[in-house]
Amino acid sequence: MQFALLIYHSPEEFAMRKNDYDDPHLGAWRAYYKALVEAGVYVGADALEVPETGTTVRLKEGKRRVQDGPYADTKEQLAGFIILELPSVDAALEWAARCPGASIGAVEVRPLAPEAKRRGFTG
Amino acid sequence: MNGINQEDTRRTIERVARESYGRLVAYLSVHTHDLASAEDALSDALVSALNHWPQDGVPKNPEAWLLTAARRSLIDVIRHQRVVQASEPTLVLLKENSTEAALSTEFPDERLKLLFACAHPAIDPAMHTPLMLQTVLGLDAVRIAQAFLIAPKTMGQRLFRAKTKIRSGGIPFEIPQERDLPERLDAVLEAVYAAFGIGWDDMAGADQRGRDLAEEAMWLARVLSQLMPGEAEVRGLLALMLHCEARRSARRGPNGRYIPLSEQDPKQWSLPLIEEAERHLGEAFTQGRSGRFQLEAAIQSVHAERARSGRTDWAAIALFYEGLIRISPTLGTRAGYAAVVAEANGPEAGLAVLESIDPDAVSHYQPYWAVRAHLLQRLGKTRQASDAYDRAIGLAEDPAVRRFLIEKRG
Repeated sequence: MQFALLIYHSPEEFAMRKNDYDDPHLGAWRAYYKALVEAGVYVGADALEVPETGTTVRLKEGKRRVQDGPYADTKEQLAGFIILELPSVDAALEWAARCPGASIGAVEVRPLAPEAKRRGFTG
Repeated sequence: MNGINQEDTRRTIERVARESYGRLVAYLSVHTHDLASAEDALSDALVSALNHWPQDGVPKNPEAWLLTAARRSLIDVIRHQRVVQASEPTLVLLKENSTEAALSTEFPDERLKLLFACAHPAIDPAMHTPLMLQTVLGLDAVRIAQAFLIAPKTMGQRLFRAKTKIRSGGIPFEIPQERDLPERLDAVLEAVYAAFGIGWDDMAGADQRGRDLAEEAMWLARVLSQLMPGEAEVRGLLALMLHCEARRSARRGPNGRYIPLSEQDPKQWSLPLIEEAERHLGEAFTQGRSGRFQLEAAIQSVHAERARSGRTDWAAIALFYEGLIRISPTLGTRAGYAAVVAEANGPEAGLAVLESIDPDAVSHYQPYWAVRAHLLQRLGKTRQASDAYDRAIGLAEDPAVRRFLIEKRG
């Protein structure tokens, strides 16, 4: 069963990303990915650029509406995602708790919809 | 004045609820096996107390008042359910008992039977602790879910299913026969220990599920030791918890920095708690039946000796660990043993203990990687140590432990 860990960052945590390679904060993330791969649960992951780089598009009554910035106007913004292959949601919550993002921002655990895979929406 | 009284009354209700909750739920459910109804009835009674006591004053025997109110509510609930067949004997029983309890302030303490029902082998072991916390201590599903890292709704559903099984699955409310007692008691102790959740914390291992419930677990262990004063393992468990509790404030330095046991300042340990632990452990040893919790407490007792002698007798600790591995060769015990062997006989010997553990079993067991990293570092195998540190860091949940390991990796 596949789960997405959706990682939400506060503005402060987005700011920390600018630090250099030896930064302990980055070290924690590298170690976390290593642990995921070595435990054989890692399917894929990616990080998103900072929210200010986002542009939101909508079509309303046939007209394009374009808005600067991310869709949701909240303090914590989606910063990246990790897809994991795990036996249960219990295991997914365990990995979410270990995620360095959980102690500063938040990590949402969401199962991938099985029908999306059948219809070929993903991978 | 009135405000102060109300505040006092509210606090009295909280105290009575905490002290009496399990006794009342146990007494109300021991014949019906219907925990959910007993809990509902008791919460009705508590609401009623909040409404009446501030005006009428706190009754002379608050527990008896709550019992009478809860019993009345329970009769209503059972009538409402209209499960005539099943509830008829229950109603008779409740009525028979009610006059007697109204006269007497004493009623039997049935919590032990309730604890054995919660940890019955027919109930999913993962639910033993949540059930105890809810039925004996009155914690709500949200709080329990947080400690066990389960979605609150899921925890609620699992508790509901477990209670249904207790009600309808023929699970007895009784103290097991002599023959079954050791095994059944072990399940109860295991569940209490799971709530305490210290795991093994020497080398920045973090196996701390349920760690927020330490106080509740101590409460349960004290209740158990009052109810079963002759059981050595009950005292062993209590001693173990007291020893660990004694070090609570020494575990964190300035800025919440994690401090492993070996670097803790014994002056910060609580002497009264250590002394209480030693009393229980001594008492347990005189009963002449060894067991897992006594051995674990003995290990902590040797560590506590450092407060007096200034040194740690690693050979003695290793000996207790060997006994522990014979009884309960868990991953935590074996990782802990490896660290102790390394202290007693050098890092190679410790590493050899780790090598004997199945690698598949430790792919996401954090304490194993923390010990391994530490030992490899001591052997000067920098690259391998750094790899192992990464695994330990990646698997750590506590940010303080993570920071500590990142610093040690260098």
